[in-house]
Amino acid sequence: MGHPSPAPLRAPLDIEFDYTRSLGPVLSRFMTALADRRILGARGADGRVHAPPFEYDPVSSEPAGELTEVGPEGTVLSWSWMPEPLAGQPLTEPFAWALIRLDGADTAMLHAVDAGSAAAMRTGLRVRPRWAASRVGSIRDIACFEPSGATPPAAHEPDTLQGAPAAHEPDTQDRASAGMTVTPVRLHYEHTASPGESAYLRGLAEGRLVGQRCGVCGQVYIPPRGTCPADGVPMAEDVELPDTGTVTTFCVVNVGYPGQRVTPPYVAAAVLLDGADIAFQHLILGCDTSEVRMGMRVRAVWKPPEERGTTGAISHFAPTGEPDAPYESYAGQL
Amino acid sequence: MTQAAVVGFAQSPCRVRQDATTSGVEMLVPIFAEVFRATGLAKADIGFWCSGSSDYLAGRAFSFVQAVDAIGAVPPAMESHVEMDGAWALYEAWVKILTGEAEIALAYGFGKSSGAPLRRVLALQLDPYLVAPLWPDSVSIAALQARLGLEAGRWTEKDMAEVAARSRSAALANPQAQVSGDIAAEELLGRPYVAEPLRAHDCAPVGDGAAVVIMASERRAAQLCARPAWITGFAHRIDSGSLGARDLLAVPSAAAAARAAGADKGRAVEVAELHAPFTHQEIMLRGPLGLGDGVAVNPSGGALCGNPMFAAGLARIGTAAQAIMSGRAGRALGHATSGPALQQNLVCVMEGR
Repeated sequence: MGHPSPAPLRAPLDIEFDYTRSLGPVLSRFMTALADRRILGARGADGRVHAPPFEYDPVSSEPAGELTEVGPEGTVLSWSWMPEPLAGQPLTEPFAWALIRLDGADTAMLHAVDAGSAAAMRTGLRVRPRWAASRVGSIRDIACFEPSGATPPAAHEPDTLQGAPAAHEPDTQDRASAGMTVTPVRLHYEHTASPGESAYLRGLAEGRLVGQRCGVCGQVYIPPRGTCPADGVPMAEDVELPDTGTVTTFCVVNVGYPGQRVTPPYVAAAVLLDGADIAFQHLILGCDTSEVRMGMRVRAVWKPPEERGTTGAISHFAPTGEPDAPYESYAGQL
Repeated sequence: MTQAAVVGFAQSPCRVRQDATTSGVEMLVPIFAEVFRATGLAKADIGFWCSGSSDYLAGRAFSFVQAVDAIGAVPPAMESHVEMDGAWALYEAWVKILTGEAEIALAYGFGKSSGAPLRRVLALQLDPYLVAPLWPDSVSIAALQARLGLEAGRWTEKDMAEVAARSRSAALANPQAQVSGDIAAEELLGRPYVAEPLRAHDCAPVGDGAAVVIMASERRAAQLCARPAWITGFAHRIDSGSLGARDLLAVPSAAAAARAAGADKGRAVEVAELHAPFTHQEIMLRGPLGLGDGVAVNPSGGALCGNPMFAAGLARIGTAAQAIMSGRAGRALGHATSGPALQQNLVCVMEGR
């Protein structure tokens, strides 16, 4: 950058999406059984019972053999302490993560143990599942595990699985199966804008359009990219551009969608600002959609100063009424 | 078939950076310039580019495409990407050179690890049906592995602290390191647990960074570097994704990768740069990689002193190569890992001639 810049702009970005995954035949039966407060394991080619089960044996690649019921109690093989639980984890109070070998199984399940304190945790601790009140066919149907000797919290449903587990009995019942499992994902990011983007956004808030010029090829980019995508070098200088330009190409949006801010039909266009070498996308309002054409001259319609900010300051572009720009003046943009 | 050698390496300082975007461009442009200066190459000389990075880290789809700005891809470049550490991008570059599709290849990795809580983001690399819905974080999973070794008598918390103390002391000579200093293991052991049995010094710091390695064919390498780091073996292997079904104290994939890369053949390895983001994992890796007491392990301070996600593994290989290019070592091993609890391992063995 050719001048000292203030700190780049930063903004939070929260991303949320639900992964909906179809289950294979084994995991489908496993999840279905969880909803019924039973835990199934799969017998591998070597005779070992894997719980949770697999679709294909991780060693032999063979499909799972018989499914057998395991647990519900188990033994802690290893544990770690979570003093400040993170968002989405099974418990909000401090808890232990543990590898738990369920009775009748030869492998371990990773889950949370509500032990109250690290002092109450130890390898070899006997634990039992605490079932979620509402079960949908998910690993979260097990809310967590708890020490076997603990008094169950009154708020939870009583555990109807009494006494010794029906270990190694084939699960022969034909049930409606959980064919899908949904995993909500919530992530919080703190995004940083590049120095060039920050100068552009701050300029917008002041009613100015600030681009950048490459010192090698001379091209002017707006919004700025910080680095010339053609030459791979930092941009040499900031360039202030006028708020007038030319529509190089456009489309008429006739389709509604969630979150849409303008009522269709309306025009989304590529606008080449005067002095810029790359077009950017904006709305064209202030005329009938049928009047918008390639080469049309347009000017930015700014929001009132009190509504301008680094997240938006131009409402849209509107026709200037000038004669259209000659095709040759923007043909290189198409 | 031709051979290939590493002829150039550069890495950005590993820091929590307020001035860098998740596109990596701000971190990559200076180190591309640095490695081009050192080799006398220009972008037009690069026949193949390959990057390693992650959309989950960046918080958006196809995030690696913006990083191509750092290349300056006009005219168009032959370019590829792996959603892996840059060490795996280097593997792809190596294959391109061995198959004669490129004479000079550049691999880069970058990660803004500080853009979102890294411990949570890494939960998304786990089994999506049975494990990830619980959001077990990367530090907690490593802690389960560490306890298994502690209770099996494989190492002690003091052994782990000594790895941290040695790494931090070594990192004093590494200006790119994020963490360094002279501190005794005894003092570290007095500090609180972050995920019992792990303390802060047992875990790599969260930091942003990038690394770049240039590799050349037999025909070109000697023109570009006085002492190229010739690759004598390069391999990667993976263990089961089921944390509860595999022996977390064995690293069969590391042993298999080391064997396939011929780490046990020929001259003895003098320097090893291991990508061990947790202290106990450095102890775990020595045996499977066949590293005896005479090997200098992580003279740079290793990943415990700077672990930019998706760049740290490539930086280990580059740092090992640097030991050869500078004449400090005759034979060196670079290692990279990926996945939870050392699930996936890559080994690159290099020598000077």
